[in-house]
Amino acid sequence: MKAFYDNDDDESMAPAVHFENVGVRYGMGPEVLRDLTFSIEPHSFQFLTGPSGAGKTTLLRLILLSVKPTRGLISLFGEDVSRISKDELTDLRRRMGVVFQDFRLLDHLTTYENVALPLRVQGKEEASYRNEVVELLRWVGLGDRMHMLPPVLSGGEKQRAAIARALIVRPDLLLADEPTGNVDPSLARRLLRLFIELNRLGTSVVIATHDFSLMDQLNVRRLVLGDGQLHIDE
Amino acid sequence: MSDLPPPRSSKPPPQQQGQRPLPASLRRNAPLVPVDSAGGRALAAVIAILTFLAALCAGGAELVATSSEQWRSDIAREVTIQVRPNAQRAIQADVDRAVALARQTPGVQDVQAFTREESERLLEPWLGTGLDFDDLPVPRLIVLKLEARARPDFGPLRQALKEQVPGATLDDHALWVSRLSTMANTIIGIGAALVVLVLVAAGLAVTFATRGAMAGNRDVVEVLHFVGASDDFIAREFQRRFFKLGLRGSAAGAGAALLLTVLLGFVTRSWRASPAGDQIEALFGTFSIGWRGYAIVVLIALAVAVITGIVSRLTVRRFLNGNG
Ligand SMILES: Nc1ncnc2c1ncn2[C@@H]1O[C@H](COP(=O)(O)OP(=O)(O)O)[C@@H](O)[C@H]1O
Ligand SMILES: [Mg+2]
Repeated sequence: MKAFYDNDDDESMAPAVHFENVGVRYGMGPEVLRDLTFSIEPHSFQFLTGPSGAGKTTLLRLILLSVKPTRGLISLFGEDVSRISKDELTDLRRRMGVVFQDFRLLDHLTTYENVALPLRVQGKEEASYRNEVVELLRWVGLGDRMHMLPPVLSGGEKQRAAIARALIVRPDLLLADEPTGNVDPSLARRLLRLFIELNRLGTSVVIATHDFSLMDQLNVRRLVLGDGQLHIDE
Repeated sequence: MSDLPPPRSSKPPPQQQGQRPLPASLRRNAPLVPVDSAGGRALAAVIAILTFLAALCAGGAELVATSSEQWRSDIAREVTIQVRPNAQRAIQADVDRAVALARQTPGVQDVQAFTREESERLLEPWLGTGLDFDDLPVPRLIVLKLEARARPDFGPLRQALKEQVPGATLDDHALWVSRLSTMANTIIGIGAALVVLVLVAAGLAVTFATRGAMAGNRDVVEVLHFVGASDDFIAREFQRRFFKLGLRGSAAGAGAALLLTVLLGFVTRSWRASPAGDQIEALFGTFSIGWRGYAIVVLIALAVAVITGIVSRLTVRRFLNGNG
C-alpha cells in the first residue's frame, strides 16, 4: 500500500510536461524546433510566444502527441510517451484540455453538445453532466446560444465554446492556441480571467499567443520560440 | 460582453432565483459521426435490394425444401410389385402369391393388387378405349403402402419373389427418391450459397461505405480523439449509425419480399382451377411459405442489420489502427 501512495505522490509532483533535447521536422523539411529542453510544472501558468511561424502550434501538437518528435524525449505527467499504448494515450488526453486556433467545433452538434463532448466520449450519462455544462455555458455567456450549431455563431462565440469544451473536464493541463486571436481586447481580458481561475483550481495552463498586450496583463513565465529554439523568461 | 458572469469559485454558485430554468431535454441525440444523408440513403437502398434478393433466394429454397419433403415421403411410402404375364404360368396365382409374401413383410401397412380390369384401365390413356386387352400381355401391379417412417428391409421379399414368382419385380423407388433428393438438395444448396453471397456483398458495401464515411469525417474523428474518445468508442458510434441504416434497409427489403410472397400466393390461388395452376402447385406446393419461411426472411433481415453494424465497427477499428 505504501508503495502505491509513494508512486502516487511521485506522479503528482512530476512535471505535467517534460521535454529533453526534442527536435521535430515535418517530412523531409528542416527542423522546425530543435534542442527543446523545458518543463511545465503542475499548477503553473505560462505563455508560449514567438512570431508567427515560430512553431508554437507545433510545440502544442507535440504535447498533444499528434506530432511525433524526430528526436529527444517527451514525458507527460511523469510518463515517457515514446512507447505508450493507445489506451494510455486516451487516458493522457483525458487529462488535457485543448483550445485549437481554429476551434475545431463539430458543426453538426449544438453548442451544448460540443461543450459536453469530452464527458460524452467518456461514456457518462447525459443527466449526470447536464447542469454542469449549462452552468459553464452561461458562465462564458453562451447561455442563449446552446441550441445553436457552430456555423451560426460569431467568431468570439465559437472561441468561447471551444474554451468551454476544454474547461468542462477540469483538465490537469490546459493548452490554448491563440485563444484571444478572434476577439476584441475587452473580451480577451475576460477570457484570460477564465484561464487564471482555472489555474487557481489546480490546472497547469499554457497559452500560445503573439499578442503582447495580452501577455503584459500578467507577470508570468514566458516560453519564447525563435529560430527553432526555446528561450525562457522567468 | 458585460453580461459575462463572475468567475466561478471552486464551488459552483447556488442556482439564483432569476435564472432561466433548464430546458427539459437539451439532447438532440445527434449522432457523433455524421453520415451524410445522401450516402446513407444510397447504402440503405443497396442493403434493401440485397436483403430482398437474399430473402427471395431463401424463400425459394424453403419452398423447395418443404415440397420435396412431401414428395419424398409420399413416394417413399409406396412400393410397387409388377407381375409380368408369362404364358406358362397362371397370372392370378402369381399375383396372389406375391400379395401373400408382401403381407408377411414387416413395416408394410397395406397391400392392394390391381385387378385385371383396373390394370387395363391404367393403360387406357395411352392405348384408348375399346381395345381388346385379352391379346395383350398386360402386367399386373401390386401397391404396398408402408407404415409411416418405416424403412423395411426388402431383401428377403425380393429373394422370395425371385424364387416363388419368377415374373415379379419389386420397385421401391429408391432411385427416384435419391434423384429427387439430390435435385432438391442441390436447389436448396444453391439457394443457401446465394444467400451467403448476397450477405457477403452487403458486408462489402458496408465496408466501402464505412471507409468513405471515415475518410469524410477525418476531422471529426481527430477531434473525438483529442477530447478523449477511445478507438473503441468511435468504432461503437459508427457501428450504431450503420446498424440503424442497415436495419432500415433490410426491413424495407424483407418487407418487399414478404409482400411479393403474399401477392404470389393470391395469384396462384386464383390460378388453381386452371391446368397450369395444377402444374405449378405440383412443383411448388401452394406457394404459401409457412411460418418457417417468414421466420427465415425476418432472420435474414436481422442478420443483414447485425452484419452491417459489426462490419462497420471492424472496418473502423482496422482504419484507426492503420492510421494511428
Ligand atoms: N503540417 C505541416 N507540414 C509542413 N510544415 C508545417 C506544418 N505545420 C507547420 N509547418 C511549418 O512549421 C513551422 C511552424 O509552424 P507553426 O507551428 O504553425 O507556427 P506558429 O503556430 O508559431 O505560427 C512553419 O514554418 C510552418 O510552415
Ligand atoms: Mg499557430
